[in-house]
Amino acid sequence: MKRLLCGLFIACALLFATAAGAQQTPAWQKNIILATTTSTQDSGLLDVLIPLFEKKTGYFVKTIAVGSGQAMVMGQKGEADVLLVHSPDAEETFMAAGCGVNRRLVMHNDFVVVGPAADRARIRGMTSSTAAFRRIAGAQALFMSRGDNSGTHAKERTIWKITGIAPEGQKWYRQTGLGMGQTLNVASEKQAYTLADRGTYLALKKRLDLAILVEGDRDLLNIYHVIEVNPAMWPKVNAGGAKAFADFMVSPETQAVIKALGVDKFGSPLFFPDAGKRVEDLGE
Amino acid sequence: MSRAGAVIEGRSLRVIRGGSVIVDVPSLTVEEGEVLSLIGPNGAGKTTLLQTVSYLTKPFEGDLFFRGRKVGPECPVLTYRRAIAMVFQEPLLFDATVFENVASGLKIRGMKRVPIRQAVAESLSRFGISHLSDRSARSLSGGEAQRTSLARAFAIRPDILLLDEPFASLDPRSREPLIEDIQAVVRSTGTTAVFVTHDLMESVRLSDRIAVMDRGRILQAGPPEEVLNAPVDEFVASFVGAGTMLKGRIKKSGPDTVTVSVSDREVESAGFFPVGSHVILYIRPENVTLSAQAGTIREDGGPVTSARNVFPGTVTRVTPMGFYQKVGLDCGFPLVSYVTMQSRELLKLAEGRRVTVSFKATAVHVIRKD
Amino acid sequence: MELIVEGIRKAFWLLVTGDPEVIGITLLSLRVSGLATLVSLVIGVAAGTLVALTRFPGRGFVVSLINTGMGLPPVVVGLFVTILLWRSGPLGFLGMLYTPGAMILAQTVIATPIVMGITLAAMQQLPKKLRLQILALGATRLQLVWILTKEARLLLLAAVMAGFGGVISEVGASIMVGGNIKGYSRVLTTATVMEASRGNFDTAIALGIILLVLAFAVNLVLTHIQQKERPR
Repeated sequence: MKRLLCGLFIACALLFATAAGAQQTPAWQKNIILATTTSTQDSGLLDVLIPLFEKKTGYFVKTIAVGSGQAMVMGQKGEADVLLVHSPDAEETFMAAGCGVNRRLVMHNDFVVVGPAADRARIRGMTSSTAAFRRIAGAQALFMSRGDNSGTHAKERTIWKITGIAPEGQKWYRQTGLGMGQTLNVASEKQAYTLADRGTYLALKKRLDLAILVEGDRDLLNIYHVIEVNPAMWPKVNAGGAKAFADFMVSPETQAVIKALGVDKFGSPLFFPDAGKRVEDLGE
Repeated sequence: MSRAGAVIEGRSLRVIRGGSVIVDVPSLTVEEGEVLSLIGPNGAGKTTLLQTVSYLTKPFEGDLFFRGRKVGPECPVLTYRRAIAMVFQEPLLFDATVFENVASGLKIRGMKRVPIRQAVAESLSRFGISHLSDRSARSLSGGEAQRTSLARAFAIRPDILLLDEPFASLDPRSREPLIEDIQAVVRSTGTTAVFVTHDLMESVRLSDRIAVMDRGRILQAGPPEEVLNAPVDEFVASFVGAGTMLKGRIKKSGPDTVTVSVSDREVESAGFFPVGSHVILYIRPENVTLSAQAGTIREDGGPVTSARNVFPGTVTRVTPMGFYQKVGLDCGFPLVSYVTMQSRELLKLAEGRRVTVSFKATAVHVIRKD
Repeated sequence: MELIVEGIRKAFWLLVTGDPEVIGITLLSLRVSGLATLVSLVIGVAAGTLVALTRFPGRGFVVSLINTGMGLPPVVVGLFVTILLWRSGPLGFLGMLYTPGAMILAQTVIATPIVMGITLAAMQQLPKKLRLQILALGATRLQLVWILTKEARLLLLAAVMAGFGGVISEVGASIMVGGNIKGYSRVLTTATVMEASRGNFDTAIALGIILLVLAFAVNLVLTHIQQKERPR
């Protein structure tokens, strides 16, 4: 029995010792809660940018990667300090409700419509995403939607709205509720069409049995903004930290890093820096 | 104030559960160095009384005094509990070695390791289990386990030892040696003890006093001979097995004897009762003597003189009872006698045999029946 | 199938090369779940023993609650803890959301009913008269509880193993209250989910295998202790 107690004591000591070696919890004011989307995290962009920011300013950034939808709800409730999202319509609603300040354009990349090489709906090479979607609906070809209120899902819904077709509930339209990577895997497995951001698709291309069928349409632009949560509405937010992060994202040094990301790995950059530009000027 | 020499004194002890009275004992005393046994049928409240005395059953009404101080206000319960030791029917050993089990009471009292070792060794050897010191408690036989439980109780040198049917779950082979060992230890250490049993012979062997209980009450408490030979009422008598019970009426009342008419015979008995009273007579079978012919030799060759009660009788039945023979007789009233096997051979006792039955007036115990 | 083989190979490689991120994640898993199990051990054994040994009105109801609590879905616990720790929540002033501390809290809530339930059963299956015997030996209340705990130690060790198993493998609460922040609140389970959702199945499998190995190693030690305590 004594040995049992000794063992227990040693276990406690070890656990607390490892605690000492782990990262210390920073002070309250130095914490920033960044609500962002899975695509910015999955692309590896934040893995590069966050350490730079932290080293430069001494802030500790808690990156909570959820869908754009959830990120904005967090902002609405004051549970996040700054948002980095890509769901323009929802963002505008957000700003109109007075939930955010200083909405600034950061970067963009684009979506692509991918699908099986067999291309039953024959959309390969089309330049209009809406026309491609119409053909998919017409052919009743299997289409995978993320269905999770993410920025990608929002973009997809926008395109469907333009076509005037309501795909929900139809047999060929499936909602996975999963992240981009997983949805691509499911689409590949089932040889279905789907809408994906270029970055994630490129990262997984080797393992997927899907090809890019439609790209370059202006409607397929995926635009990222950084929004600071309104401190007037939520006094508890770290307004100083939020501003520091937002400033950082649009600063020239950061924009240069964004421009360079992914070039050596994929041949083309994952994101295109756009700070200071107007949305209307984007895309060619 | 309580009597000097009394280790435990209980006053107005009552335990009531679910509306029924489990224990109702106005007065109970346990003297220093004595062994008191509580006997009675199932449900008599013996175990509950014992648990009350050990302050393990709560709540109970009444007061308990330990060496003159009231347990509770004057004597802290913990102090009292540490002065007693209790052994149950099951050994209730801990999942550890025999040594650790026996030491547990001492460890609870904060004794240090070296004195513990000595005390435990002594206790183990008293009960003959020194060789089992390092064995796991789970590997012991029933008898060994109960010895361990007793050694555990003794190790703390209790002021009073309480035992709740300690031999009940042992087979006869293990029981005998253990009863002897307990007797030896209790006598040599002069330990005060109270034990509950339903085995009359056990209590006769081990106790200085026997208390007979029924339905929560102590009907009679006294030395074994007193309880056995002079049961105070029908219940006690039947419980201790008086042998013969006869109904009669006082016919004559002399200076120190009475004549009782039973059926159409007359029995002489010691005692004083008014003429005409209805009584019950108890005669222990060991005190009823048989001989082959009236007026001549008895078994041991002596004259049939000192017995006042002599009757011719017929054997109705002979039942072997292990060490003795139980002989049912008809002398105009039924009578039971115990004889040895040799006597049976000698007297050629069999159903229908005519014999002479005699018993002393002092062997007849009379209780008034009103 | 080859995915699994790839996963095993990757797991091995990650461990052997001592990939710092993976080591960090593993140690954090161990630390968070270990501390949660420890705290739940103390609370669970104390509370379970209390309920087992005392009589009070509504006891049956409480026991049912505990037994139900043994199967609490971690994600539901995560949800409730998140709501408590939000800035707008009652415990918001602690600023604990998205920290390993919050994960330890949530996992303690998950593990405590498990430990309590098994302790309750362990104590109740001790012979009823044993309690009287211990009191008759002159034990104080505290000594009584200590001795009964020692008597039930085999089952209590099983309770620890069950509690640990329940939290080392949970992801619902950890993701919600921890936020899966790289290098800070990312543990094996949340990292596995993240890698799977990205489509990096080989990494996900590798992390899963490492998790299994970790759980196995801890249980190996605990089982060894438990079996040593068995009587000869």
